[in-house]
Amino acid sequence: MGINKTMAGAPSNKDPKLSLLKEKGLIKRFTDHYSESRGRLIIYISASLMIIAVVAITLFLTVQGLRSFVIDRLNVWSFVTGTEWYPDRENNPSFGAFPFIFGSIAVTLLSAVIAAPVAVGCAIFMTELTKKWGQRVLQPVIEILVGIPSVVYGLIGLSVIVPFIKQYFGGSGFSLLAGSLVVGIMILPTVASIAADSIRSVPDTLREASYAIGATKWQTIWRVVIPAAGSSLITAIVLGMSRAFGEALAVQMVVGNARGLPTSIFDPAATLTTIITLSMGNSTYGSVLNDALWSLGLILLMISYIFIVIIRFLSKRRKA
Amino acid sequence: MSSKVTNRIALSVIILCACILVGTLAALLGYILVQGVTSISWDFLTSPSSPFMAGGGIKDQLWNSLYVLIITMILTVPIGVCGGIYLAEYARPGKLTSFIRSCVEVLASLPSIVVGMFGMLIFVNYFGWRYSVLSGALALTVFNLPVIVRVTEDGFRSLPRHQKEGGLALGLTHWHTIKTILLPAAFPSILTGIILSAGRVFGESAALLFTAGLTTPNLDFTNWNPSAPNSPLNMFRSAETLSVHIWSVNTSGIIPDIEKVANGSAAVLVICVLLFNLFARAVGKMINQKLSGRH
Amino acid sequence: MKKKSFLATALFLVLSFVLALGACGNGSGSGASGSDSSGSASSSSSENLSGKITIGGSTALQPLAAQAAQDFMSKHPDVQIDVQGGGSGTGLSEVSAGNFDIGMSDVFAESKSNIDASALKDYKVAVVGMTAAVNPKAGVKNLSKEDLQKVFTGKVKNWKEVGGKDVKVELVNRPDGSGTRATFDEFALDGETPAEGITQDSTNTVKKIISEHDGAIGYMAFSYFTDDSVVKLSIDGVEATDENVASGKFPVWAYEHMYTKGDPSPLVKSFIDYMMSDEVQNGAVKDTGYMPVTDMKVERDAEGKQTEK
Repeated sequence: MGINKTMAGAPSNKDPKLSLLKEKGLIKRFTDHYSESRGRLIIYISASLMIIAVVAITLFLTVQGLRSFVIDRLNVWSFVTGTEWYPDRENNPSFGAFPFIFGSIAVTLLSAVIAAPVAVGCAIFMTELTKKWGQRVLQPVIEILVGIPSVVYGLIGLSVIVPFIKQYFGGSGFSLLAGSLVVGIMILPTVASIAADSIRSVPDTLREASYAIGATKWQTIWRVVIPAAGSSLITAIVLGMSRAFGEALAVQMVVGNARGLPTSIFDPAATLTTIITLSMGNSTYGSVLNDALWSLGLILLMISYIFIVIIRFLSKRRKA
Repeated sequence: MSSKVTNRIALSVIILCACILVGTLAALLGYILVQGVTSISWDFLTSPSSPFMAGGGIKDQLWNSLYVLIITMILTVPIGVCGGIYLAEYARPGKLTSFIRSCVEVLASLPSIVVGMFGMLIFVNYFGWRYSVLSGALALTVFNLPVIVRVTEDGFRSLPRHQKEGGLALGLTHWHTIKTILLPAAFPSILTGIILSAGRVFGESAALLFTAGLTTPNLDFTNWNPSAPNSPLNMFRSAETLSVHIWSVNTSGIIPDIEKVANGSAAVLVICVLLFNLFARAVGKMINQKLSGRH
Repeated sequence: MKKKSFLATALFLVLSFVLALGACGNGSGSGASGSDSSGSASSSSSENLSGKITIGGSTALQPLAAQAAQDFMSKHPDVQIDVQGGGSGTGLSEVSAGNFDIGMSDVFAESKSNIDASALKDYKVAVVGMTAAVNPKAGVKNLSKEDLQKVFTGKVKNWKEVGGKDVKVELVNRPDGSGTRATFDEFALDGETPAEGITQDSTNTVKKIISEHDGAIGYMAFSYFTDDSVVKLSIDGVEATDENVASGKFPVWAYEHMYTKGDPSPLVKSFIDYMMSDEVQNGAVKDTGYMPVTDMKVERDAEGKQTEK
């Protein structure tokens, strides 16, 4: 802060020697007040652009998402809790989005259950058991895997996981489980890499102290390292879950997109994102179905905000 | 159970976890590459996709992916880097700064389909740009901006403090210090971050579904007039990208050789992303060596 | 100086670039009609057509439109036709809003409540017949309409109840608002709402699921029944063939529509005339698996009433 102030005061210092230098053009470019303010302007514009983007997204999606309730007079409560989604039924169309909300949450939770233990285990392996190898080989490999596009995971799911489930568990293979597996595999590298970072940040002194009192490696990991890394590990998992929640195309390719409530994990299901991608093109702007899809988008946005708040809360607690 | 046995069991479980992770991912990627590489040929890469017959290629989709990426980067990098500089250098702790920081965080964690829907509302319908390269690139800008901001901010923050103080002590303005001293010093890490984010943008699909469209005109690569409808440079034509193509042939395609096209496209996509990664690492390493060599 | 203001210049350039493009974009948007009128001027002298047509909508009709557009463009090199997808709903919305010159749809505009169908001009460019596709293990080749409805509404849960083998019924649906679903629901199920099942957009995927899954039933266009992996179901003893659709015996079929807003410009009109010509009707239409609309001996209005031609 102090530096900031001295810096801001500098150009206004009118010194005879300085003005001489300025005339000779030697120092001009170093103290150009104009350049300073212009640079600031650019930077402030960029910062405000980000604010505008967030506000615009929230505002426009909210306005568009509320249309179905305000203009088409759908009941909010029955929209959120209704289990029947028959927008095309000629008499008495019904818009109950609960199966999709349920599907989204189920896919998110299941994928976290699948991914979290493996990812955390792998993170421990990388950081505690094979430090050098983990850092040099595993970390880059995992970082590359983070960058693999989600449609590729979807395609893999379609050509490997779906037939596998069909063969061993019956049904068509398109199921809640297939969707969760695909997303679970997709978020594995993300969670593992963040978890590894958080375990690495646990100071070595803690480990040394634990070994000094004769603890085994596992005891050290379980009793010392994991509790110390605790909330950042949870942040890693929640981040993975928020990614799983928002995933659209990879899930849509394998989840089956049935509109009823699934009764088991081998049943096809639908999520908020899959129903939006499936029906958007077939609905006309301003129709009730189209407005209802925007409302689903709004629900998606709201739940994402909830995830953001949770992550903020967790990282704040970590700092405190 | 003695602690030694527990230790051994627990450690084996951990090793098993690592094996599962690396094994599944390696197997799945290997599967895609093996399945896909056989369908990649010069012909596949250079012939246009076919609406309903077998034997279509991915020429236009591949170009669209690259073109959308380039436009996105032209839009994001200046704004993102400036935003990052703001957060690292100008922002004073306070309500506004923490609000901007929250905005970056929100932008970074929004589901890409939400960004796509927003793009459809604003760029496609409101501004009337239809399904186009520009709408797609702008939607991706929203999605990529926070990444660049973070990369830049981290790059600046990791610089040793004396570099900045040195600049200020010379009587340089803050802006000039940033421009001449800090930015070049932070450049390698920012560049690496930008290339990595390029890989992400290249593979993004959900945000492009409603903004860049599901079709592409048959591009004429001899016509570089940006206003011609079938010119590769036209920004107002619809532009199906490679990853959207994978999705669309799988969910609504009617060509008979879906598997071949999808696997081939997926393999191309994965190879491109791998190249981006390796390139980013190589660049980072090279610049690092150059810098440390000069010192 | 150059170096100093590098960032500023870059940002400025980008911004002005975007703004300029924005202007261009709006220009080209409104310019579409302008170029069409220029097309009209030249088309009055018949041969040399020029201008730009934007077509969009139904993904089912897209391949046919793309093929016809390609042939049309090779005949008239100065004409540019941009064929986009987006779905029937998008096609109808956009043509009503004036953004597409031609909107493609699998369904009548009248069926979408918020589209002003009277403002649109309907061109029926092709006919598609569809029927239920059944897994061979179900052991049925023919169903009465009544039984078919029972199967799809979930009242019949096992194929043996309708004369098939002892295999469970599994439904494969299409997404809401898809033309195939609307047609099947209206003409095969008489407006009944099908029970829940897997929902897939792609005919190929539907076919794959049905062929691999015992007792599965779905529906698709005739042209996809190319092998024995799925059974082409007859309804009420009437075989699902193009001839039976043309003569009006087989009920499940739909038009593929091209809509224009009001009377089309001469350029658009000449493209639609080309779509209706024998060259396309007996060429591309058949190649893409549709039936020529010229073969039809019956016709149908938006309410679904079928009359002899």
